[in-house]
Amino acid sequence: MNTIDSKKYFFSKGIDSYLEGVYKGYQFTIRFFKEAFVLPFHWREIINQCFEIGLKSLSLITLTAFIVGVVFTKQSRPSLENFGAVSWLPSLIGIAIVRALGPLVTALICAGKVGSSISAELGSMKVTEQIEAMEVSAINPFKYLVVTRVIATTISIPILALYCSFVGLIGSFYNVHNQEATSFEIFYKNAFSNISFLDIFSSVTKSIVYGFTIGIIGCYKGYFATQGTRGVGKATNQAVVLAIFAIFFEEVIIVQVVNWIRYF
Amino acid sequence: MEKGKKQNSVNKEETVIKINRLYKSFDELEVLKNVNLTVYRGENVAVLGKSGSGKSVLIKIIAGLLKPDKGEVTVLGKTVDKISGKELDELRLHMGFSFQSSALYDSMSVYKNLAFPLIMNVKNLTQKQVDTAVEEALEAVGLEDKIDELPADLSGGQRKRLGIARTLILKPEIMLYDEPTSGLDPITCAEINTLIIEVQERYKTSSVIITHDLTCAKHTCDRLAMLIDGAFLKIGTFEEVLNTDEEQIKKFFAYNFIQ
Repeated sequence: MNTIDSKKYFFSKGIDSYLEGVYKGYQFTIRFFKEAFVLPFHWREIINQCFEIGLKSLSLITLTAFIVGVVFTKQSRPSLENFGAVSWLPSLIGIAIVRALGPLVTALICAGKVGSSISAELGSMKVTEQIEAMEVSAINPFKYLVVTRVIATTISIPILALYCSFVGLIGSFYNVHNQEATSFEIFYKNAFSNISFLDIFSSVTKSIVYGFTIGIIGCYKGYFATQGTRGVGKATNQAVVLAIFAIFFEEVIIVQVVNWIRYF
Repeated sequence: MEKGKKQNSVNKEETVIKINRLYKSFDELEVLKNVNLTVYRGENVAVLGKSGSGKSVLIKIIAGLLKPDKGEVTVLGKTVDKISGKELDELRLHMGFSFQSSALYDSMSVYKNLAFPLIMNVKNLTQKQVDTAVEEALEAVGLEDKIDELPADLSGGQRKRLGIARTLILKPEIMLYDEPTSGLDPITCAEINTLIIEVQERYKTSSVIITHDLTCAKHTCDRLAMLIDGAFLKIGTFEEVLNTDEEQIKKFFAYNFIQ
């Protein structure tokens, strides 16, 4: 019997499966919120995941943030020199890194590193029946695997984003100091002179949203992985692509909202 | 008693699993059609059938991993698909499920594989109690010396044994075995068959053994249920099923004997 040909679609196969995916994602997210606030809390696993996500991404973020700081400062200098406004450089870099680059660079790195690792891990567990093994042992796999990982990414990524901004500014200072022999104190005074509480608050809020997005997409794609190892690879790839797309989409929305608050 | 031979300790007055008019299909493919089965306390029932006949679907419905389309599965007096998630979890503490692939947690050591379900389900256990329970379960399956190894370092037979030990840690009343001897050499198969009987005698379990292996069915079962095309064609002792006039069953046995 050919079950594929005989199946009826509401729109078309592609549109139906896309809408089905959106609905399943929505249900998955709702289930997260339902289960996240119900006992028991697996604190040990949350801490373990924070360690896996946070500490193990630190070296990559340090390197990337430092390079971003140096390169961004180097690239911005000629334009400001044309207007005789080089003294504004720390201020410009401070705003750019704290408001946008810190959270965004961290989120993109974590989407690749953390999102893919979560998706691959859960996907492998799914296709080797380890998730079912948890279920039959009366362990709630959603709570143990999904809730802990999403909470861990939501906590870790804002901390990593703040760290990324800090290292980015150090990278920028390195470049400025080499060119103008500016002291660390003056650089930081200038860099933070135009940064308001709203900038820090929006930066942290953004990172929380990105962290949640990376965690929930990674878990969702892994949790529903099918078709063996090929399916795991596909789920991992989709988790990264979808998370990056979602991060940029959220960036646009959050920037609009923050600007609206700023000028209201 | 000869080692590996089953002793009859079935209590026919107490039903542990009752399957009544069970139907299950996936899209338009009917997998189970009007399946009926009763398993009594202390009984080992083997479900025999060729690949794709719906055996694994049946055992997953018993464990509450799949929902039936029609019909009822009652385990220890509770209808599996009608109870709440919490009640199902409580029921699962009385059921052990040994997966075909063993489904071991490959990031955890042998010790952690066993301790994990125990720690997650039994509160306020001391480290010593956990250690004792793990050692006891490993001793029951003969893997005491593998306690610190990772599942990846174990052989196929050892992985099956560890999968069984993981279910024994919670001292289940019912054991569900999904293809316990698949992919193993004849000697390891015989060891697993003996282990299934030893587990039943030591833990006083009732079992459903899903298999396509005649030797496994013959050695471990009190009754054999022959699943052909999604329905039980014959249920009885191994000899009764073997000597049936049913053409499809004869063909199945004949092919397996030749093999």
